[in-house]
Amino acid sequence: MPDTTTRLHHLEHVMGTVFSFDIRDQPTPAIHRALAHAVRALHTVDAVFSTYRPDSAISRLGRGEIRPADCPPEVHEVLSLCAHATHASDGWFSITPDGSLDPAGLVKGWATETASQLLHEAGARNTCVNGGGDLQLRGQAAPGAPWRIGIAHPLRPGELATVITTEGDLTIATSGTAERGAHILNPHHGTPATALTSITVTGPRLTMTDAYATAAFARGDSSRDWLESLQGYEALALKPDGQTWRTSGFTVHGR
Amino acid sequence: MRRAVLATTGISALIVTLLALKPHQPPALAAVPPRSPLASSSPHTPGSTPSGKPSGTGTYTGDPIDTQYGTVQVAATLTHGRLTAVRVLRAPDQNGRDQQIASYALPRLTQEAIGAQSAHIDAISGASYTSQGYIQSLQSALDQAHA
Repeated sequence: MPDTTTRLHHLEHVMGTVFSFDIRDQPTPAIHRALAHAVRALHTVDAVFSTYRPDSAISRLGRGEIRPADCPPEVHEVLSLCAHATHASDGWFSITPDGSLDPAGLVKGWATETASQLLHEAGARNTCVNGGGDLQLRGQAAPGAPWRIGIAHPLRPGELATVITTEGDLTIATSGTAERGAHILNPHHGTPATALTSITVTGPRLTMTDAYATAAFARGDSSRDWLESLQGYEALALKPDGQTWRTSGFTVHGR
Repeated sequence: MRRAVLATTGISALIVTLLALKPHQPPALAAVPPRSPLASSSPHTPGSTPSGKPSGTGTYTGDPIDTQYGTVQVAATLTHGRLTAVRVLRAPDQNGRDQQIASYALPRLTQEAIGAQSAHIDAISGASYTSQGYIQSLQSALDQAHA
């Protein structure tokens, strides 16, 4: 049982979604400061990367009003990470998913990972940071107790498709149509990806886990072989007809 | 070494909310007030009094949610942040089809949520929700319990 008396919990509405911080360590002053720092950083990310803000650096860069050299350093970092994701996914991750510059398929995971890292550096060893449905987990839910993460069922609101249990650090990202409709495009054809209703990817760090989930959703069923080829990543896919598939690394138990 | 385990419980699960307003439902149902974390805590589960217990203990009522099956509303009981019971407050009952689906899906949900280890959930991963969508999410219900 988690010791709820020492838990530090925080919600932040930012980046068009909600970030949930769940810190299971004794909340030291350093951890409180790191949490405040992490929250400020999320708002900075929003200001820099939001495509909904015409004055954001990413919007201005996309319109050609400024050059990459004029952007904050984190823009270079994110663009580099996007380039890596595109290369690693055979082009199925796109930084221009709808024709204009939009690194959203990676930014939220990157921002969540950054927030988790700030907490870790401040001494928080057992944390769950949930960035709008994508999670970076560290340590344990309680001494001896693994984290147990429900995967929202994409077709049945309020139900879980499955539960992922992890002992130790893990990241989990889900892409699908349940919340925002068919919003992920096939970058090669520009049409909405519809082969899957959701795909959940697990991996070591959330930036790439998030990007790979986006890419895998766009790619559809053929992403299974691709994901199998990646070291350290596993996936569970749910299809519109109710069928599922998963990569071989998941240890399955239960009924 | 990290170990990721996929606990397959079929379409198991749980939850907390559900429900909604089906298009043909009377407006009176649509007027159900939104949940507030304190006001919604509990009258549904005897013995569960959040105010006198550690954070994460109590009964939390989810918002009514529109589903393809109709309007569903569920209350979740958490003990020390762990889901221990789910009670269905409202299920589709406006026509035969919805009723049939509900009588299958909802009890099953409740039963599994209580009986399966899968009911003990720390957080939820799902397709990216908007700030608005978060309000109806299971993560929202868990956050309320932890707050």
